[in-house]
Amino acid sequence: MKILVCISHVPDTTSKINFTNGDSQFDTNGVSFVINPNDEFGLTRAIWFQEQQGANVTVVNVGGPETEPTLRKALAIGANDAIRVNANPTDSFFVAKQLAEVIKNGGYDLVIAGKESLDYNGGMVPGMIAGILGSNFLNSCTEITVDGANVKAIREIDGGRETISTTLPLIIGGQKGLVEEKDLRIPNMRGIMTARTKPLIVVEAVDASINTKAVKFEKPAPKSAVKLVAADNLDELINLLHNEAKVI
Amino acid sequence: MSILIYAESAEGKFRKVAFELASYAKKVAESLGTTVTAVTVNTGDVSELSKYGVDKVLKVTNAKLAGFSAKAYADVIKQAAQKESTKVVLLSSTTDSIYLAPLVAVSLEAGFASNVVGLPVSTSPFQVKRNAFSNKAFNITEISSDVKIIGLAKNSYGIFENASTLTEEDFNPTIGDNDFGIKVESVEKVTGKVSLADADIVVSGGRGLKGPENWGLIEDLAAVLGAATACSKPVSDLGWRPHGEHVGQTGKPVAANLYIAIGISGAIQHIAGINSSKVKVVINSDAEAPFFKVADYGIVGDAFDIVPKLTEKLKAFKASNS
Repeated sequence: MKILVCISHVPDTTSKINFTNGDSQFDTNGVSFVINPNDEFGLTRAIWFQEQQGANVTVVNVGGPETEPTLRKALAIGANDAIRVNANPTDSFFVAKQLAEVIKNGGYDLVIAGKESLDYNGGMVPGMIAGILGSNFLNSCTEITVDGANVKAIREIDGGRETISTTLPLIIGGQKGLVEEKDLRIPNMRGIMTARTKPLIVVEAVDASINTKAVKFEKPAPKSAVKLVAADNLDELINLLHNEAKVI
Repeated sequence: MSILIYAESAEGKFRKVAFELASYAKKVAESLGTTVTAVTVNTGDVSELSKYGVDKVLKVTNAKLAGFSAKAYADVIKQAAQKESTKVVLLSSTTDSIYLAPLVAVSLEAGFASNVVGLPVSTSPFQVKRNAFSNKAFNITEISSDVKIIGLAKNSYGIFENASTLTEEDFNPTIGDNDFGIKVESVEKVTGKVSLADADIVVSGGRGLKGPENWGLIEDLAAVLGAATACSKPVSDLGWRPHGEHVGQTGKPVAANLYIAIGISGAIQHIAGINSSKVKVVINSDAEAPFFKVADYGIVGDAFDIVPKLTEKLKAFKASNS
């Protein structure tokens, strides 16, 4: 089985979010970047398939040279090889089109992407890849097993879950549940050393239409301080929730 | 040219998000000088949409669509958009709509902005404001394609009545057999409880509750408020509560009217997941807990003492207000 894991290079959750250039660009100054958490759950599940079922795991990212340390980290965690599509990932359709091209050329059986990245929170790339390729697509996937070409999976739905059967080739939008937090791997020294010599291929982007553009960023208005209510004055809390906030 | 919305239903009845989307669509339609058409799938009575400004309903009734299939439903929406020569398609942010939206976008060659909050900033050029960076910032996105798709963030606009005269039309889109590559074998749904996705109020517990045996505190308070229950990540990692209740960055996002956090310190990943809730209340014994920095109302004190009393007082309040 050939697996492709799509990796977004995103600011660490604890990063301060600031903008530059007249609030038109994300300020990367002093920001540390990580593998998008939803992608990391998928990558770790892919490594499980590699160890248990002999799968080959390729990781891919659409981004500039500055994203290569994130791909190297994925290699250190255990991916076999990596591809970087050399382009600025500004529009989801553009990114999906690049990834669809990589999938066509590589003949992957299973494509795992995170259901959403933590920077732009678009949540549309895996679905758009499926739309472009016409493949089977499962979003919000929390469990997956593969036997030959047959797939069993779980999709999280509002207020419950669905058990799914389908076949490869398949694209999933993955999330926590594919593996648990405790299963995530921190690269060890040997992994980091071997990652340096694993193949990381750079390919140029194909033409694709760009339908959306982030033109400006804003930060939320500063929040007013919390109103503290004494523990022995719960009537006051009920009064505030009813008359001031009007939520009960 | 009218605006198209997909008005979602469950078991034949509209979900609340359908009315929020209709309310929103009406305003957008007014600013564009056009009308609102809704497409529905296997919904029984659609007349309720007229309360919220919908002018026309394309009613799809098809046994093949009894279970949800993202590909088939996306196909329905695409054909409805083409039939109406729609330039703007509006979708909600339920798990199902988020699933089908990118498929619709590709098939209509439309630019898609998800997580949109508020009315378009401008209609020419077409610009919308959306949540980004896990609610730590907004981004103004310009959609330049001919057809545009907006995914409205849950609970970001509200429901507003705006009566209209509704025309109903049966619509029979072509459903291909190759739309069913994903087969749903079984569905497990929690019944008798408010689901997190549909809840206006969420009561959430953290490690401060000390153990799963104390969850009655959370459940009793939730029951009085008609709220859904949730938990922090450590609680689900410890196995005290099922993963489906974990809210936060890697769990479920919550955009409730009222979010009550009990014994939750407020790690940045937790806040990222709940921050689009309108009013936040924290009850914690540690006055230094980071949650107090983002909350609207707070009580410093022992949850085991406060929560049962609060539940009783709310019961009395509800009884006298009903």
